[in-house]
Amino acid sequence: MGKIVAVTGNEAGAEALRQVNPDVCGAYPITPQTDMMQRFSSFVNDGKVDTELILVESEHSSMSACIGAAAGGGRVVTATSSQGLALMWEMLFIAAGDRLPIVMPVVNRALSAPLNIHGDHSDAMGARDSGWIQLWSENAQEAYDNIIQAFRIAEHMDVRLPVMVCLDGFIISHSIERVEYLDDQTVKKFVGNYKQVNPLLDIKKPKSFGPLVLPDLYHEYKRAQHEVMTKVADVVLDVAADFKKISGREYGLFESYKLKDADVALVILNSAAGTAKDVVDDFRKKGIKAGLLKPRLFRPFPYEEIAKALKNAKAVCVLDRADSFGAYGPLFVEINAATMHLKNRPLMTNKIYGLGGRDFMPDQAEEALSELVDIVKKGKVKTVKEYIGVRE
Amino acid sequence: MTTKPLRLKELSRGEDRFTHGHRMCSGCGAPIVVKQVLMATDYPIIASNSTGCLEVSSCISQYTAWKIPWIHTAFENAAATISGVETMYRAWKKKGLIKEEVKFVAFGGDGGTYDIGFQSLSGAMERGHDMMYVCYDNGAYMNTGIQRSSATPFGANTTTCPAGDAIPGKLQQRKDLTRIMAAHGIPYTAQASPGHWMDLMKKVQKAFEIKGPKFMNIIAPCNRGWRSRTDDAIALSKLAVDTCYWPLYEVENGMPRITVKPREKKPLTDFLKPQGRFKHMFAPENQWMLRQAQEYVDAQWDRLQKESAFWAAETATEEKAEEKTDEQ
Repeated sequence: MGKIVAVTGNEAGAEALRQVNPDVCGAYPITPQTDMMQRFSSFVNDGKVDTELILVESEHSSMSACIGAAAGGGRVVTATSSQGLALMWEMLFIAAGDRLPIVMPVVNRALSAPLNIHGDHSDAMGARDSGWIQLWSENAQEAYDNIIQAFRIAEHMDVRLPVMVCLDGFIISHSIERVEYLDDQTVKKFVGNYKQVNPLLDIKKPKSFGPLVLPDLYHEYKRAQHEVMTKVADVVLDVAADFKKISGREYGLFESYKLKDADVALVILNSAAGTAKDVVDDFRKKGIKAGLLKPRLFRPFPYEEIAKALKNAKAVCVLDRADSFGAYGPLFVEINAATMHLKNRPLMTNKIYGLGGRDFMPDQAEEALSELVDIVKKGKVKTVKEYIGVRE
Repeated sequence: MTTKPLRLKELSRGEDRFTHGHRMCSGCGAPIVVKQVLMATDYPIIASNSTGCLEVSSCISQYTAWKIPWIHTAFENAAATISGVETMYRAWKKKGLIKEEVKFVAFGGDGGTYDIGFQSLSGAMERGHDMMYVCYDNGAYMNTGIQRSSATPFGANTTTCPAGDAIPGKLQQRKDLTRIMAAHGIPYTAQASPGHWMDLMKKVQKAFEIKGPKFMNIIAPCNRGWRSRTDDAIALSKLAVDTCYWPLYEVENGMPRITVKPREKKPLTDFLKPQGRFKHMFAPENQWMLRQAQEYVDAQWDRLQKESAFWAAETATEEKAEEKTDEQ
């Protein structure tokens, strides 16, 4: 039987990794992730896992060693945040291009400059085109559940791609929450044995990994990567269905909250969705049909499914905890693209909130929703993109 | 495993684990280095390779010259990459998935080793992986078109430090990476040259019998970058040794030992003259460059000789003391 505990997001992440018991783990400290790998290192040194730890000298080497280990043939994990993910950037593309099913919790944190250690989504958004699957998590429970499911998704024979599991720095990584743990045997059985695909360590069948591929074939390699991404959503749903059987908890490609008949809706990722849901409830009490959509699978992005979920909304506000300077926020761009073929396209606004750990408060969600009500009335959007919660 | 005898006749009949058909330039020193390293042993080897000449020319699309498991990921991380493979090997051993004694080697050029890959190399050595890093040092970024690296010798003309009217080539001495690697306190560091193949292969054999991180720096003439004849690679790699520009030595547990002492130390100009990259140094106004280059080589060689003699004497004294204790 599993148990109910009060733990931080990092603690829950480390526990999921302990239960999965990977073959190799690369670790390098960076706030706010440090604590997760620290806890996992204790599991290694206390003999609670069989994992071989590589305590690298940088995140670039961490991902390089993880790629070497995964090519070698086995289950590989690491975790990072912010500048660490940025330093890994080059290697992220190589892990995905080589189709190595590495799993990496990313404890989301702002990017320099100026230096800031607190939660926002700039790091993972900067890696969204790297070919990794991205799962986003609202709280410690979702982070724990997503990490366990990530192994099944990454290692699925139709997929074989690396997966990052995003959770908000400090807000989730360092806050204590109620989490339901599964028992070790259940997780072990759910994740199953690692299936080898062309392991480099098979010395009887030598293979060359990482060739030079020129214009005669590079394009086809990339198309193959595009094609495999089209299969991911089905696998994510299958894995979620299996996960429901062992946990009773339901996961989809995104979460719809009171969305079916909603006139006005918020789209928001991760921890701030919790706050926003409370505000949606308040609006419902006032008789306003408000709803919320919280993406879970951000890469590949489930355009059609999200379009269906938003098709009845009259106005939508997409809240981004990252900016694409000189452009709309990254989540807004996707939601806009998702709804482009809808007969009655909702009117849309984009709010940039909570950068560098600025708290997302209920009044920000209230303002966004109230503005949407006004937009529906007037049938017009005044300002598309706007920073909210700014000190003036 | 017993160390295999290094007899030319038998070696020439052995299987090539790095095959012909690769696309390195004719007369390139790098594939000779790779062949000698792989030929020195019968252990199964898994290699990583940094981006560079050797990598882009040995594995293109569906073709590979490697008959051993081989991995390339990026430019600056051949050491980190192989350290990951070696770690997974330990995980496999623990699970009983592999029984064979496998050796792990990283190949990198001087750019990927001295410069951009230096941190990754230093980290992997400190972590104590059971691996050998082989740098094939041709003294510049040859793959991208002969740009200066920190391994480029003083005076050399490269495309980013050309011998111009105001600045006559590279004005800095090269980084002494072999010493830096020895200073990591790793069990084995060596400098070798394909012109002295027996010495090179003996070093490889010795290294493979030592557990832990090893580093070998091997000179690899590049006729494109050195502006030398295509059939001069071996002659130049011998001249590098005979002029003491590239001394052959090894450092075991911090103690340097010269493995091949030139019978007669030749003037550095013997090594510089056949190479077009040093041509400008022979102009009358640049004689100071030749002097400075010679002085640097002399100083380095003197220091190495002294250190080598010091440790030889220390070892002899210790041995004598041990004999005395035995007699008592």
